[in-house]
Amino acid sequence: MPDKIAFLPPKKSVLDRRDIIVSDLADLLPKGCLVSEPRGLVPFETDAFIAYRNVPLAVALPETTAQVAAVLKYCSRYGIPVVPRGAGTSLSGGAIPQSDAVVIGLSKLSRILDIDYANRTATVQAGVTNLNISEAVSADGYFYAPDPSSQLACTIGGNIGMNSGGAHCLKYGVTTNNLLGVKMVMFDGTIIDLGGKALDSAGYDLLGLICGSEGQLGIVAEATVRLIAKPEGARPVLFGFQSSEEAGTCVAEIIGMGIIPVAIEFMDRPAIEICEAFAHAGYPMDVEALLIVEVEGSEAEMDAMLASIIAIARRHGVSTIKESQSATEAALIWKGRKSAFGATGRIADYICMDGTVPLSQLPYVLKKTGEIVARLGLRVANVFHAGDGNMHPLILYNINDPEDAARAEEAGNEILKLCVDAGGCLTGEHGVGIEKRDLMLHQFAKVDLDQQMAVRAAFDPQWIMNPSKVFPLEGRPAA
Amino acid sequence: MTAKAGTPLADIQDALAQKRQMLAFEPLDLRPVLGTTGNTTIGGVFATNASGPRRFVAGAARDSLLGVRFVNGNGEIIKAGGRVMKNVTGLDLAKVLSGSRGNLAFLTEVTFRLLPVPETSATIVISGLDDAQATAAMATALSMSVEVSGAAHLPETVRGRFLGGALPPEPATVLRLEGLSASVTVRAEKLRAALASFGAVSTIDPEATDTLWREIRDVYPYADQTLRPLWRVSVAPTAGHQLIAALRLETGVDAFYDWQGGLVWLRMEADAEAGLMRHFIKAFGGGHATLVRATPALLATTPVLEPQPEAIAALSARIKSKFDPAGIFVSHATPRGMAGRP
Ligand SMILES: Cc1cc2nc3c(=O)[nH]c(=O)nc-3n(C[C@H](O)[C@H](O)[C@H](O)COP(=O)(O)OP(=O)(O)OC[C@H]3O[C@@H](n4cnc5c(N)ncnc54)[C@H](O)[C@@H]3O)c2cc1C
Repeated sequence: MPDKIAFLPPKKSVLDRRDIIVSDLADLLPKGCLVSEPRGLVPFETDAFIAYRNVPLAVALPETTAQVAAVLKYCSRYGIPVVPRGAGTSLSGGAIPQSDAVVIGLSKLSRILDIDYANRTATVQAGVTNLNISEAVSADGYFYAPDPSSQLACTIGGNIGMNSGGAHCLKYGVTTNNLLGVKMVMFDGTIIDLGGKALDSAGYDLLGLICGSEGQLGIVAEATVRLIAKPEGARPVLFGFQSSEEAGTCVAEIIGMGIIPVAIEFMDRPAIEICEAFAHAGYPMDVEALLIVEVEGSEAEMDAMLASIIAIARRHGVSTIKESQSATEAALIWKGRKSAFGATGRIADYICMDGTVPLSQLPYVLKKTGEIVARLGLRVANVFHAGDGNMHPLILYNINDPEDAARAEEAGNEILKLCVDAGGCLTGEHGVGIEKRDLMLHQFAKVDLDQQMAVRAAFDPQWIMNPSKVFPLEGRPAA
Repeated sequence: MTAKAGTPLADIQDALAQKRQMLAFEPLDLRPVLGTTGNTTIGGVFATNASGPRRFVAGAARDSLLGVRFVNGNGEIIKAGGRVMKNVTGLDLAKVLSGSRGNLAFLTEVTFRLLPVPETSATIVISGLDDAQATAAMATALSMSVEVSGAAHLPETVRGRFLGGALPPEPATVLRLEGLSASVTVRAEKLRAALASFGAVSTIDPEATDTLWREIRDVYPYADQTLRPLWRVSVAPTAGHQLIAALRLETGVDAFYDWQGGLVWLRMEADAEAGLMRHFIKAFGGGHATLVRATPALLATTPVLEPQPEAIAALSARIKSKFDPAGIFVSHATPRGMAGRP
């Protein structure tokens, strides 16, 4: 990959003091909670945006909030950059370190602290995985709604960092709509509590700011999230179309009619083939585009909603309709969808775009995406959250061929600009990270970014928190 | 939908009603309670994050707000957020402006999400429960997969003020269902069955459901043409009734509950009792209280908004200085500003 995307130049003052820093950090942490030898650092070089990597100075793996605070206090005292890290599944490079940074990994903060069904909340440490929360409450009839496909691995801290979504967010909202409170450590080690079990909190909506702040405002140590009673039943239904445009207009009309199923997921033919080969989910193979529409509730409710959706799909030339007949079939349908990225990764390297567009623009953007990719001689598989216009073109390329990689990056940039120009945004749920940092000026004016950076500085005046991310490196205010 | 901030809320709601769309968060209208008459604007609705009974399923105003345009204290015109539901492109400034009461910037344009008006609705009433039993009944209802979209408890002191006195005698615990007719029928049946053991159960039709929840939203019982102190308290749902029970031992209060018990509207007989109130809120797990109405003398001497812990207050002051370095946006944190003046 070309080294077009730069990190901030490492601070010589930090690199020169490496050994002292390592030994000081070792004093602040229990045995086995600091990684500093080269081999141990390898797993922390990158995240799921594998095109870039960097060896950090050291990795701290604190076991308590107090230890997180101690490390941050130390780092801010000496101006050492810090990169918070959950499971490292970021697709935008949000967790990739810079070489003068101390990574603070939250993996050891993995306890569920409180489950309160009467108030329908769970309070967990930041390193608890997304799926762990739902699993802990499942037997009692509850779940935690945002469900990124990476939910087996990704942490609630990372979900807050990226304001993550998932297939079922169409109905239940993304992380920010399901987060009630956090315990957060500020850049200088100060610990603050925001929100709690009440539905709203006093003062400015700081929780809203923290969600999606990509580790730049502080380190989340604990989170209180909303639990929801599981629906009585859920039924995914497959709708096959002979063109992506038809599927796209069908989605726009379903939502336009005011019907909000739990999920509407889209796959085009390449994605169907990849997922079917991997998961044997029973997807129809004679269609150009597939929608997975999930409805939920009692049998009668599901039937009523499906009837309206089927009527709309018929107007848009649906060629196959297949309802799942059993829980096993339903699980397979979702397994196929949720393993889309992994399955794609088995056949090629890919970069995953995440632009979001108004639904009315879906068919146009899909068509243009195809053209851009074809012009650059690449292949693309589209598999995404169609109900909220959150596109995920997976651009396939060969990471070992620098020219191919450069073309993939060019295609990605063009597609994201296309999304912005169609009235959408660069990223719906994966975050800006380093990947889209330099495109920010396509979506925002300088003055807009200046205001965001000013607010960022209210939290981290020294700019030590994940500083190479989100905002273009040029034009930053003096720290 | 995108609107200029000064657009009257009423105009927006009229336009939406024609298309059978709505603001999912049910903006509340405190004018009757405050005795004010001005014209509520959509900018004011978002600036105060004014959200009604559907809050616990559909989110607050801040959850519906997708993007904003504003003028900061330097006179710069800035946009934040966008037009789409899912967006993590940079810091979510729209959130921090929502509910900032005109204290950070001047909103000029807001873009927000709409939801279709549900096909039908119904309200299940359970009669005769005390506050603690009602809290348990509401928790039971919300543990079921029936998607309750409103859960309030109206003790006997206020019950008669709703629906012109048409609710059945005895305290009323009310649960709203909305959706497709097929859903509402099935769910109402399930709820009635599950709650029968709590008390006498009855059902209210869609039209009365609309009226009832509007009255709950707008704090109808306390639109009493007085300036008796009125608090809006937000706590964990199970803490609301505990707070009231504790306060009752000390002073004269009248109260009713929305949001499954977590939103308490509370009228004091005479003094605002801010110290007592905030002491008990802390004791029962935290939350916050806003003095929505009181005599000018009381307002002048009472901390109207919940005081913040030092570190958060300092952070908030830094944020304020980043939007408004010279401090030109002085919104009196007084409740009169709440009804819709940014
Ligand atoms: C196969 C696959 C499928 C995916 N599917 C989805 C999907 O459907 N929807 C979706 O939204 N995303 C998806 N993602 C992206 C990714 O999983 C999410 O962004 C996830 O939330 C990252 O969590 P993490 O724990 O891995 O965080 P990391 O990758 O470690 O970090 C993510 C960001 O959050 C910050 N951060 C981490 N922990 C904390 C903390 N405790 N406090 C403050 N900041 C912190 C980091 O600095 C970084 O900026 C997918 C990724 C993969 C690999």
